[in-house]
Amino acid sequence: MGMKLFVDCKKANHVCDKSQYNESGFWEKVRLNIHLIYCSACRKYSSRNSKLSKMVNNAKLEPIPEEKKNILRARLQEELSK
Amino acid sequence: MEKHGLDPQKWVDKYSDYLYNYTIVKVSDREVALDLISETFLAGLKSMKNFKGEASERTWLISILKRKIIDYYRKINSIKGKAEVRVNYKNDDAEGDWLEERVSDPYDKTAEDDLENTELGIAIYNCIEQLPERHAEIFKRKTIEGQDTETICNEFNITASNLWVIIHRARTALSECLEKNWF
Repeated sequence: MGMKLFVDCKKANHVCDKSQYNESGFWEKVRLNIHLIYCSACRKYSSRNSKLSKMVNNAKLEPIPEEKKNILRARLQEELSK
Repeated sequence: MEKHGLDPQKWVDKYSDYLYNYTIVKVSDREVALDLISETFLAGLKSMKNFKGEASERTWLISILKRKIIDYYRKINSIKGKAEVRVNYKNDDAEGDWLEERVSDPYDKTAEDDLENTELGIAIYNCIEQLPERHAEIFKRKTIEGQDTETICNEFNITASNLWVIIHRARTALSECLEKNWF
């Protein structure tokens, strides 16, 4: 396996996105951080991206459980077909 | 002016999470919140012909929901009887102190934080709604519901790299939108 230390912006942003969901690997993170040292555009994206994650986290968004959504759909559908 | 239309088939997918987060702040009981949302949709169907298309579909649904929430509180208040407020100050001059005590309650900090977080939640849903429908749905599944990549890919019949492209676009658009509307 060739170890590439330098990645392009597209790859760096992709790793950054995956990191928001804890889905990036160790070496991917190392490469991302090396990229961030010299790339200000990706640094900007990276900081906005983690800010977004933090906001979504803080907001404690609570989706309706899928089975309850189905009940809502069924009731609405019943009324629509009358 | 652009006229807005109504599409009840999509109400649950497009608005129910938003309405739910809005409602559970006002009535903390989840089941009651779901009932109120269900009633809101049904009332919406009944009064579709009164919709003039001046407001957006969601604004219109929210206005129905607000009325449902007020009705709900009227109903439980009339069951409980009138709430009683006692003020124990001896002279009229001290009345103002009572109000001030209420306002500057130092133990009520958490309530303020909760309120701010709720408003943030509503701001986030506002921004999600401006995404293309499919992107919004995929972003919500991945980020809010925490579904795994494979499940989403199967359901939407896309590859993992498609999914990440969509997530990337959605996150970029959302950051921009929130910077404009929240800070």
